[in-house]
Amino acid sequence: MNKPKEKESLVLPREYQPDEQKNRRYQKEHEQIFHKVNDTEHNGHYLFFKRFYKAAALVCCLTLILILLMEVSYLPPVGSPENPVNNEVSAKYIEDGLQDTGAVNIVTGMILDYRAFDTFGESNVLFIATCTVLILLRNDKKKGKDSARVQEKLDSFYEPKHDAILQAVSAVLVPIIVIFGIYVILNGHLSPGGGFSGGAIIGAGLILYLNAFGFEKTEKFFTEKTYKWVSFCSLTFYCLAKSYSFYTGAHHLESGIPLGTPGAILSSGLILPLNICVGLVVACTMYAFFALFRKGGF
Amino acid sequence: MVILKWLQFIIGVLLLLGGLMIFAVQVLGVFKFRYILNRMHAAAMGDTLGIGACLLGLMCLSGWNFTTLKMLLVICFLWCASPVSSHLLSRLEAVTNTDLDQKCEVSAEVLERLKQDEEKEEKLC
Repeated sequence: MNKPKEKESLVLPREYQPDEQKNRRYQKEHEQIFHKVNDTEHNGHYLFFKRFYKAAALVCCLTLILILLMEVSYLPPVGSPENPVNNEVSAKYIEDGLQDTGAVNIVTGMILDYRAFDTFGESNVLFIATCTVLILLRNDKKKGKDSARVQEKLDSFYEPKHDAILQAVSAVLVPIIVIFGIYVILNGHLSPGGGFSGGAIIGAGLILYLNAFGFEKTEKFFTEKTYKWVSFCSLTFYCLAKSYSFYTGAHHLESGIPLGTPGAILSSGLILPLNICVGLVVACTMYAFFALFRKGGF
Repeated sequence: MVILKWLQFIIGVLLLLGGLMIFAVQVLGVFKFRYILNRMHAAAMGDTLGIGACLLGLMCLSGWNFTTLKMLLVICFLWCASPVSSHLLSRLEAVTNTDLDQKCEVSAEVLERLKQDEEKEEKLC
C-alpha cells in the first residue's frame, strides 16, 4: 500500500464521525425487527407466503419464457424479400448510398449524410446532458491557494490511489486504447465504427488514465475550459457544415465538396470531419460525466 | 488436407466447449460463494481462462488470417485488464474491511501493514 507522500502541515477535518453507541443500538433494533419479521416458526402465513412466492416466481418465469419463444416463431423469416423492412426506403439507401455520399459504410452514410440533422441533435443532447449534470453536481467551493492539494487529498482519502500495478498497466494500455479510438473514428466511413463508438473508446481511455494517475495529471491537459472550447467548436463546425449542405439543396446539387474515391481515407466529403466532431463531443462528454460524478468538477 | 481441416475443426470446437464449461463453473461459483474474495476468485477465472479458451477456439476455427491476429490482440488486452481490475477490487476490500482476519486467513505481516496504514490515515485526518 504505497500511499502518496503527504505533507504534515495539512490537517483536514473528518466530515463524518460515527457515534459507536448509537450505531450499536440501531443495529440491535434492526436485528430484533428482522427476526420478528422473518419468524417462520410462529408465523404460518409468512411461511406459506414464502413458499408461494418461490413457486409463483418459477411459474411466472416459465410462462414468460414460453410466451417469448412462441412469439419468436411468428417472426418473419430472416432474409425473405417480402419482409416489411424491405421497402423502397432501404432500397434507395442501398442502391444510391455509395454514389450519393461516397461512404463505403452505408450506416455512416445514412447517419451523417441523409440523416445528419438527427445526429446533430444527438450530439447536442450529449452536450445538454453534461450541462444538466454540471448544474446539479458542480462543487462550487471557493478555490484558495491550496485548494487543489486539499481536493486531491480528500479524494485519495475516500479512494486509495497511486497503485503501482494499475499505473504500470495503464501506462501501456492507455495509448493503445486512445490510438484504437482514433482509428475507429477516422475509419468511420470505411468500416464499422464512427464518431460515437470511437469517442466512447477515447473517453474510456481518459477515464482509465484519470483513475491511475489522479486529477493532478489530467488537469494539465483537460480542464473545464478545454471541455467548453472543444464541445463548442465541434458543435459549431457541425452546425455550419451541415447548414451549408442544406443551403445548397441537401441532395448534393453542386455543393462544391469533392466526394473523392470511395474506399480512400480522404473521401466521402463532409462525413470524415463530421465524424471527428461527433467523436470529440462524445469523448469529452464521457470524461466530463466521470469527473463530475467523482469530484464535482474537473 | 481434409484431415488437417477436420483436426482444426475438432481442436477449435473442443477449446470452445472447454471455455464454455469454465464459464459455467464461474457462474456457479459467483452465485454459490458468499464472501467477496471467494466470488472474485471464481469470476476472475472465467475472465481470463474461460475467455482465453473461447477465443483460442475461435482462432482455430477462423484459420490463418487477419481476424485471428485481432483475436490475439483481444486476448492480450483482456489478460492485461482483467487481473488488474480484480487486484483493485481485492485491494479495496482489504483496505476498507476492518475485520478482514475473521473472514479469511491473513498473514501477520499483511495485518501489520494494514494497521500501519490505518494509523497513518487516522493521524492524517
